[in-house]
Amino acid sequence: MELLLVLVLGLLYSAGVYLILRRSMVKLLLGIMLLGHGTNILIFVVGKITKGHPPVIDETYKVFQEIYADPIPQALILTAIVISFGLTSFAIVLLKRVYALVDSDDLDNLNTPEEEDI
Amino acid sequence: MKSAILQTATRYLLPILLLFSVFLLLRGHYYPGGGFVGGLVASIAFVLHSFANGTKATMKILRYKPLSLIPIGLGTAACSVIFPLAFGLPAMTGLWLEEPIPVIGMIGTAIFFDLGVYLVVIGVVLTILFTIALEE
Amino acid sequence: MIDNHILAPIFIQLFVAIIQLIFWRKTITQRYLSIGGSIIGLLVAIRLFSRVYEGGILTMNAANWDAPFGIVFVADTLSVTLVLLTSIAALSVSLFSSVGLSRQRMLYGYFPIFHFLIMGLNGAFLTGDIFNLYVFFEVIIISSFVLMTLGGRKAQVEGAVKYMAMNILASTFFLTGIGILYGLTGSLNMADLSLKIQEVQNKSLIGITSCFFIVGFGIKSAVFPLYYWLPSSYHTPPSAVAATFGGLLTKVGIYAMLRVFSLIFIPDDFTRNLLLTIAVFTIITGAMGALIKTNIRRLFSYLIVCHIGFMIGGIGMFTKVALMGTIFYLIHDIIVKTNLFLIAGLIRQLRGSMDMKKLGGLYRDYPKITLLIAIVLFSLVGIPPLSGFWPKIYLFQEAFTQEQYFYVFGLIVGSFVTLYVIAKMWSEVFWKQPDNEQDIDDRFEPMPLYRKILMVLPIGILALTTLYIGLNAETIVHVADRISTQLIDTSAYVQAVLGTK
Repeated sequence: MELLLVLVLGLLYSAGVYLILRRSMVKLLLGIMLLGHGTNILIFVVGKITKGHPPVIDETYKVFQEIYADPIPQALILTAIVISFGLTSFAIVLLKRVYALVDSDDLDNLNTPEEEDI
Repeated sequence: MKSAILQTATRYLLPILLLFSVFLLLRGHYYPGGGFVGGLVASIAFVLHSFANGTKATMKILRYKPLSLIPIGLGTAACSVIFPLAFGLPAMTGLWLEEPIPVIGMIGTAIFFDLGVYLVVIGVVLTILFTIALEE
Repeated sequence: MIDNHILAPIFIQLFVAIIQLIFWRKTITQRYLSIGGSIIGLLVAIRLFSRVYEGGILTMNAANWDAPFGIVFVADTLSVTLVLLTSIAALSVSLFSSVGLSRQRMLYGYFPIFHFLIMGLNGAFLTGDIFNLYVFFEVIIISSFVLMTLGGRKAQVEGAVKYMAMNILASTFFLTGIGILYGLTGSLNMADLSLKIQEVQNKSLIGITSCFFIVGFGIKSAVFPLYYWLPSSYHTPPSAVAATFGGLLTKVGIYAMLRVFSLIFIPDDFTRNLLLTIAVFTIITGAMGALIKTNIRRLFSYLIVCHIGFMIGGIGMFTKVALMGTIFYLIHDIIVKTNLFLIAGLIRQLRGSMDMKKLGGLYRDYPKITLLIAIVLFSLVGIPPLSGFWPKIYLFQEAFTQEQYFYVFGLIVGSFVTLYVIAKMWSEVFWKQPDNEQDIDDRFEPMPLYRKILMVLPIGILALTTLYIGLNAETIVHVADRISTQLIDTSAYVQAVLGTK
């Protein structure tokens, strides 16, 4: 399980970095999203994966009897997903607006020359 | 393109999905679910409706702008956060009624926080989607 | 001591924003609410500051969970000082924006988003949990995206794309660092981390993790190889927005660095040298950029980068005197940089342009306003006894003690270039006769008196604060002294959070 996740993690990071280095705006956004997913899986992996032991104590005991799944990485990932949801939806609206104004997907065309400043 | 099948299906799916979202909202405290997921399901119900009948029709059945849900939701959540201050407890402390109420279950500040999240999520998602859809 | 008062600066801004959202599209009501809310925020911040300054560190365990497990809010002297400065800057910006912004932008929710931004800033300063710090960073950047794109001019959205991409990337780096840190220690509470990190055997892994934080905070505070987004985006939004960004947003990065490097990763030789190298290059590249720009706001953007280098260098030397210099500079910089962008907005109102080539003759037409601006520019340059002068003494002193002559060289270059560009700007904007008298588009003269006052008043408030910092430097030195003592010896912070265990 860990090995698989580590491979997925590496794939997501490399794909994300590759896409960010492209000149297209849409690929930039996709790259940022993939990097975000990669980070989420990273938190999941370094938080030590435990299967089948929820952090719930049996009624008869006062303390945990065996190793349990740590809920904090999951809470962190959940928060990060909610945040990236907001950021991504804003970014999509922004890129759409940019495309409407500039009429190009190329990041190199996003340079209004200095002479046009107010 | 309007499909009669989707339109008919949506007529029945919209109330079911909304009911399901409320179910998710209420079970969220002890089981998988909660305000965020419930809000997403509810907003997807409206998105489905807008696919079938067009964005204008969806805005008509909503009557109010989804944007107005955001301050209501934020206000509910924020009030539930500062409510424990009245009892001299730190903010965000969970306070619960002693007896469960039928259907809804235990009532506490966490429910109101989740309700606020639910409303904010619906408001934000629908505002963004309507903004994108109406620019076409 | 457990105290709910800590949350007041956060919740006041939140409630102001919520009430303003209810009054959506009623811009007059929103203006009153914004100014009123900022005044209340300032009063609360003053009270919190005086309580912490006299009574010591306050903490609050959210949801009544004990310290290392729940989220904890901590108000130490550094936090409350920054909250106080943020409140002063926020009041000035909200006064300025009540007249300095187009109605179009207000209709799209400028004021609520502005208060969300201030809420995020206050939260970031007050939280004692590193993941919570990340969440407040995200609140800040989402609000700043919206503020940056409000109005939707072409240059503005283009700047916003660069700003957005770099800032999301910075957050990803920060989050990765948090994830690894949690994997290493199993804690997110910064006080708890400072104890647990010492038990970790793998020191090189800690060093690598600290690099994630350097990159993440480095992008946010715009240091040398990572600053390109700042000069290409800060000149695009309206001046009121640029003032908030220029004065406060980059400084959050510096604050986070101070916090993380004093509590969790105590800088070793490698980190110190890295930070000092970054600092020197930041100062020099920022200064070079400022030399060639003729648009005032582009020039100020490069000056922000240049002066960030001063503070990074102080963190890099990491001794009590160096940190005093950094903190004094931080206090001075927040007020002055906010004011600079407000001044740019005022100049635009007076002349309809921000290009030095088209400007001129302001001293002839508006001598009183010019004198007010002169105070700010002089203190930016650091002419004694104004506020920019004092922190540099400490930075120079410590740089000579540690024999960091490259940094001394950087400080000298940075100071002289600042002097040169401000002198150039002074002669071009205020003394020179304008080339074309017909081109002048004076929108200030026809405004009614109360709007004129509202436009100049915030600049006056900030200029007075600058004067206070400069002329009453002894008090500020006391504050900086106490903050740097707390940063070097973190036991008081740790004890306040975790209790006496």
